[in-house]
Amino acid sequence: MAIDSDVLVVGGGLAAITAAISASREGADVRLVSHKSSTLRQASGLIDALGYVPATEPAQPLREGPPTAGRELDRDEWPDPEGPLADPFEGIDRLPESHPYRVIGADALREGLDLFDELAGDAYRGSHTDRNALLPTFGGSVKPTARYPAAAEAGLASDDRPALIVGFRSLTEYDARAFAGRLEAAGVPFDVAGAEVEFAEAFRADAKVTRLAKALDHDEEIDGVPAREALAKAVAPHLHDVVDEAGGVDRVERVGFPAFLGDDRGDEVRAELADRLGADVFEIPMGPPSLPGLRLEDTLYDALDAEGVRFETGNPVAGIETEADGRIETVAVDRKGRETPYGADAFVLATGGLVGKGLDSDREGVREPVFDLHVEQPDDRYEWFVDDAFGDQPYARFGVRPDERGRPLDGDGEAQYANVFAAGGVVGGADAAREKSASGVSLATGLVAGRQAATEATQ
Amino acid sequence: MDHQVDVVVVGGGSTGCGVVRDLARRGLDAVLVEKGNLTHGTTGRMHGLLHSGGRYAVSDQKSARECIEENRVLRDIASHCVEETGGMFVKRPEDSEEYFQEKLEGCRACDIPVEVLDGEEARRREPYLARDVEKAIALPDGAVDPFRLCVSNAADAREHGARVETHAPVTDVLVEDGEVVGVEIEHETGPGKRVHREPGTTEEIRARHVVNATGAWAGNVGEMAGVDVEVRPSKGVMTVMNTRQVDTVINRCRPKGDADIVVPHETACILGTTDEEVDDPEDYPEEEWEVDLMIETLSELVPALKDARTLRSFWGVRPLYEPPGTGTEDPTDITRDYFLLDHGDRDDLPGMTTIVGGKLTTYRMMAESISDHVCEVLGHEATCDTAEAPLPGSESDARMEELMDEFGLRSPVARRSGQRLGSRADEVLDEYDPNPIVCECEGVTRAEVQDAIGEAGSDLNAVRLRTRASMGNCQGGFCTHRIASELAREYPEPVVRDAEDELYQERWKGQRHALWGRQLSQAMLNHLLHATTMNRDGDPANLDGEVDFGAFDAGAGSGPASADADEGGDAGTAATDGGRAGDDATTDGGRAGDNATTDGGR
Repeated sequence: MAIDSDVLVVGGGLAAITAAISASREGADVRLVSHKSSTLRQASGLIDALGYVPATEPAQPLREGPPTAGRELDRDEWPDPEGPLADPFEGIDRLPESHPYRVIGADALREGLDLFDELAGDAYRGSHTDRNALLPTFGGSVKPTARYPAAAEAGLASDDRPALIVGFRSLTEYDARAFAGRLEAAGVPFDVAGAEVEFAEAFRADAKVTRLAKALDHDEEIDGVPAREALAKAVAPHLHDVVDEAGGVDRVERVGFPAFLGDDRGDEVRAELADRLGADVFEIPMGPPSLPGLRLEDTLYDALDAEGVRFETGNPVAGIETEADGRIETVAVDRKGRETPYGADAFVLATGGLVGKGLDSDREGVREPVFDLHVEQPDDRYEWFVDDAFGDQPYARFGVRPDERGRPLDGDGEAQYANVFAAGGVVGGADAAREKSASGVSLATGLVAGRQAATEATQ
Repeated sequence: MDHQVDVVVVGGGSTGCGVVRDLARRGLDAVLVEKGNLTHGTTGRMHGLLHSGGRYAVSDQKSARECIEENRVLRDIASHCVEETGGMFVKRPEDSEEYFQEKLEGCRACDIPVEVLDGEEARRREPYLARDVEKAIALPDGAVDPFRLCVSNAADAREHGARVETHAPVTDVLVEDGEVVGVEIEHETGPGKRVHREPGTTEEIRARHVVNATGAWAGNVGEMAGVDVEVRPSKGVMTVMNTRQVDTVINRCRPKGDADIVVPHETACILGTTDEEVDDPEDYPEEEWEVDLMIETLSELVPALKDARTLRSFWGVRPLYEPPGTGTEDPTDITRDYFLLDHGDRDDLPGMTTIVGGKLTTYRMMAESISDHVCEVLGHEATCDTAEAPLPGSESDARMEELMDEFGLRSPVARRSGQRLGSRADEVLDEYDPNPIVCECEGVTRAEVQDAIGEAGSDLNAVRLRTRASMGNCQGGFCTHRIASELAREYPEPVVRDAEDELYQERWKGQRHALWGRQLSQAMLNHLLHATTMNRDGDPANLDGEVDFGAFDAGAGSGPASADADEGGDAGTAATDGGRAGDDATTDGGRAGDNATTDGGR
């Protein structure tokens, strides 16, 4: 007996959830199965749409044939990307024609962002304008993004209030002094200083950020002082560290911390710190494990639940079980070693890219392991990369290539299955990392794939 | 008015470092100059085998005897650089029995202690050996960390009064009245430690004698002096696996061939190698077939290698040499012996000696012989003690157990820090509190990174080689920025940024050759972390154009983005708002449309 639904969504990240909710809202009966925890926890929690149009040609070819030892790269030889873009929609026409935004249309991005705004509610900001915001990253740069957590709002780089960046001596991700220096080098319109303080030393030298977040959530005592008070005391001596252009000292009006200011009670933690410091407080999105990413994951799964979508995690889809007339009928889901057929009228594949294992590879080639969909790629794996780490990497664009309805195409440019739609990282054609478009591509392709799958299923 | 030193040694590989140590200990005033960081050339690009001599026991018994002798010396004087893994020459069914016997007899003839193992016993010691391995010869091969070895030699030389200059390429060999009288070097960052963004100067170093220990590059230095040194550089690939599939050195027991050795090294295994003559030691192709050959051929010995995760590959260039007129065709047939070329005798150009050929295991012996020669030329009487005097770090056994308590480190971290630092562990680890882990893959703590920065300046590749930070599974994805952040105590921001970019690009170079399977996933994750999350590729600090911050969202409470954005519209790359009306645009649903793109900045 197959477990049946109108639409079966395979995957558990931003694209899968967007697709499941979009399909559900078209009236389809939707089920979502995902293998393991999504890659949201590795993401910063910022919702990027399009921040740059990256250069796609090197200034001059670095080599013919195999890589060559010894030849040094001069990054100045490489063209700058176009950007940061103040308006994400405006750059879409200059992306390559095979980019998912070009294939499915900019309206999908707009509607995807609208849906996100509704699902994320108060937890996110940025929906009041089409413009990108620039936010400090933990690398000390600023990054264009379309939506950002409320916890990050006071850190906007277009805000001209003086700021203090706080680092912790026992956290190694950044040094606050270099961070502030790098912001200045970017030409930010505010005065900024960085201070390395002692706070997290009370914990083991390499305590995880989740541990620190918990201590602040519960206001645990550290050497007899509640954690939030202790943190404020550590920062207070640096509130006048900012020196303006004229050499005068300003009291900072906002203070940035690495994103571990509480987990469940973040609003409360920030409010208390702001009160104690007499300055706004913001979080700087960090790398994995990312608390903003984890919080977003919770928010989205709550929304999925509220939408009435059934979901199960921990069970990978092993492959196609039955197909007929160019349509997939059932897939095999591996439930603790036993393969169970799941049937649906339409399927959405949102298993992620190379990181989420939606794409697999060996020395011979790259493949999509669930439906064995066509993945465009150079035959020779030495053409999967270029020599500049931040160059136009072919591997970064790997994935299935969809038609305007989101159906993956075979090698001849025809839809490979009439009832399979793809969304998110498994979709190729975007260089999401350099474009700063990962979330936008997931939202736009998720929305289209979900709607089209519902249409296909309920016809 | 330049001060004249006794000897300038050119080349900071194992030979040059060994020579400068030996000369300094004999009381001569010596300077070592190296164009990159220490081991920049061939020494830092080998598989780390400490030869037992078994490899040469049939073909070249002189080299085999030297190897076993020096193998014993290094276990003693450089214990913190050597891992006594032991080794095996294994025989598969298709490999010649006759050669196996020749190998065995050759080892015995060279005093290399051997033990013959049947297949079962060999697999008991190394469970991942192929089922059909018939038998093996066990012998005392080992693993040596070439970088630690060179750094220790250089440090000892410095303690004995020598000067060591890295990132200081020789730009000319000074010849006056038919005699070499010194070298001209360029300081890429100013004398001393390397610092990014520091302007360089040139310096003439006058010396009574010049030692050319530049290996595969010896011809270039020779050319500057006007003499021919016919080095025949030969490249070889090394492929790094993510774990130790074997804990002893595994050699294939057959006459010669590519892809016949697996060396366990720290947390990894290194597969080697190929042997192809190249024209230029700095510019040669790194080819796909070489990597494939390592995996395909060596998985005949260790089948698990076939599907194991490969981290990266790198190539090294052997400084092979043979006297003019020998005319060996195949580079694998060129002798591995070393040659001392006195240019006074050979080319009628006194004042310079070149050393070429040889191998890392016998570096100390080579250094002794060239130092003897230099002392004779200079009329300096002193005896060599480098075979007995332990290198810094190897004076006493590291106190692992105590370290764990003393520094509150978790056991594997303490053990590995202890191994890396040897007897210096106390002084280094005591320096920093708190002492968090900077590189998680290799368990490298802040104290070690800071210690290496103290020695190497802002050169993070030198820090990497000293500490192994960024050399594990993630290949720097999770730690490049952390290591760079450690520079911020001492160096200003732009130096930190440049050093970070340089290390990240260097890590990428080797990963290109391992870009499939899990390492391709890792590369994508690294790309997402550094480009998406950190925006290091699009950082306005690195871009030419200015950013119009006023054109971006300044928060819901701040009203429409700045009104002057339109006026400055074509000034910077960011001001591409194309006349959009800001907030109102969201309500009309339709895009502001085609005219937005036409004046879009570029």
